[in-house]
Amino acid sequence: MRLEIRDLTVVYNGKPAIHNITLTVHGGVLTGVVGPNGAGKSTLLKAILGLVPRAAGEVWLNGVRLDKPRGEIAYVPQRGSVEWDFPVNVLDVVLMGTYARLPIGRRPGRAERDWALECLRQVGLESLWHRQIGELSGGQQQRVFLARALAQNAPVYLLDEPLAGVDAVTEQVIIEQLHHLRDQGRLVLMVHHDLQTVRDCFDEVVLLNEHLIAAGRVDAVMTRENLQRTYGGKLMFLQDMD
Amino acid sequence: MDINTLSVLMGLTVLGAASGVLGAFALLRRKALLSDTLAHATLPGVCLAYLMGGKQMGWLLMGAFVSGLVGIGAVSVITRRSRLKEDAALAITLSVFFGFGMVLLTGIQRWGDGHQSGLDRFLFGQAAALLPHEVLHLTLACLLILMVVSILFKEFALLCFDRAYAQVLGLPVAVLDALLMGLIALIVVLGLQSAGALLMVALMITPAAAARLWTHRLSAMVGLSVLFGMLTAIGGVLVSAFYGRLPTGPVMVLLASGLFFASLVLRRQ
Repeated sequence: MRLEIRDLTVVYNGKPAIHNITLTVHGGVLTGVVGPNGAGKSTLLKAILGLVPRAAGEVWLNGVRLDKPRGEIAYVPQRGSVEWDFPVNVLDVVLMGTYARLPIGRRPGRAERDWALECLRQVGLESLWHRQIGELSGGQQQRVFLARALAQNAPVYLLDEPLAGVDAVTEQVIIEQLHHLRDQGRLVLMVHHDLQTVRDCFDEVVLLNEHLIAAGRVDAVMTRENLQRTYGGKLMFLQDMD
Repeated sequence: MDINTLSVLMGLTVLGAASGVLGAFALLRRKALLSDTLAHATLPGVCLAYLMGGKQMGWLLMGAFVSGLVGIGAVSVITRRSRLKEDAALAITLSVFFGFGMVLLTGIQRWGDGHQSGLDRFLFGQAAALLPHEVLHLTLACLLILMVVSILFKEFALLCFDRAYAQVLGLPVAVLDALLMGLIALIVVLGLQSAGALLMVALMITPAAAARLWTHRLSAMVGLSVLFGMLTAIGGVLVSAFYGRLPTGPVMVLLASGLFFASLVLRRQ
């Protein structure tokens, strides 16, 4: 399993958001994308998914060029990207993960429901399957999004800050599930905001600030010099990291 | 009740059902005001088609459809090519198109043979004036809409809830979006003779809004919206037929609003 990003550039309103990113990410590895606010971390994921137009560059998955994904990448967007008072319950949302395999016109049936419930069980929410999604806590909503991605059963997982502002239980469940996906040989790429937990969470890390600063094993990448280049003067707790 | 009223009643029941379904999706996709702008923007199309010589209903409605789509296109161009936001684009488009339509309509009625044209029923609707073959076409078109939506139900639902995720799954989101908007344009045009350009949106959005207050499930919301839409349409036909030829549009607005306010009171949180 190999995801190759070649010379990827995205421009927002005439201003480049990410420049010439070239990067290879492997299956069976949990990779974090780390950088300051506005570094283009979410943009990188969206550009891989074809959700924002690419000004230049290509994405290749296992030697096949990927312009418009067709369900081979499971995506966990930021929680704020949808309206949580939409009239659907928890199970409805998780079932959406199965739509990639259902032809147009086919509704999810018994098999899809059982599978979606199994995915909810994995994130510890099976007892809340009938709840309207707006009634859940922020952490539970994040787990519903993860369950939807699990239901997609894809070889590649892209997650946009799933640990931002969630409770301790949710954090533990999400990390556990990501480790599980990695151990199955899947490719997991996750945007992360908290420098202090990078060493605990990831095998490899990508430092990004519009440009690619460094990528590779956590110990090799998380050096004082690399972090200084990524965060500039904004990094106040370098000493704690050493 | 004569056979004509019965046939109109049947046609309007199906129209109410189709409006209810599309109203629910229009509401959830946040296209309620865009639908209203579209409805107002049909008026100049009707008048221009009339002036171009055709008095056949199909031709007039074709004019309405094209003009409505041009209106939507104008909103889209204004929001993308200027720094104005959608609400300004909607307000401008609605008033310009409707104003132009009123100028044409008044001109036709003053200087042409228009006092017999019956064009004024496109403003407020006159369901009783529907001819039997018009009812048949209306019914078939509405059944087609219901069929398309029932086939694409899960795709439209996902599009409304999380467009980006739908795209990641490989759904043709641009096509689905255009199709949904096309169906909304179609139902607006189909409702022009019965509900009128000014008030057609009441037959779509108000039943859906009332239904939204009762449930947290999309399928239940759509079902209730269909029910409310049918009640509104049936009530509109009966009241306007039996009480001195009242225009159907305003009667339907009042009935739909009644359902909405009752829902609001009964379901207040």
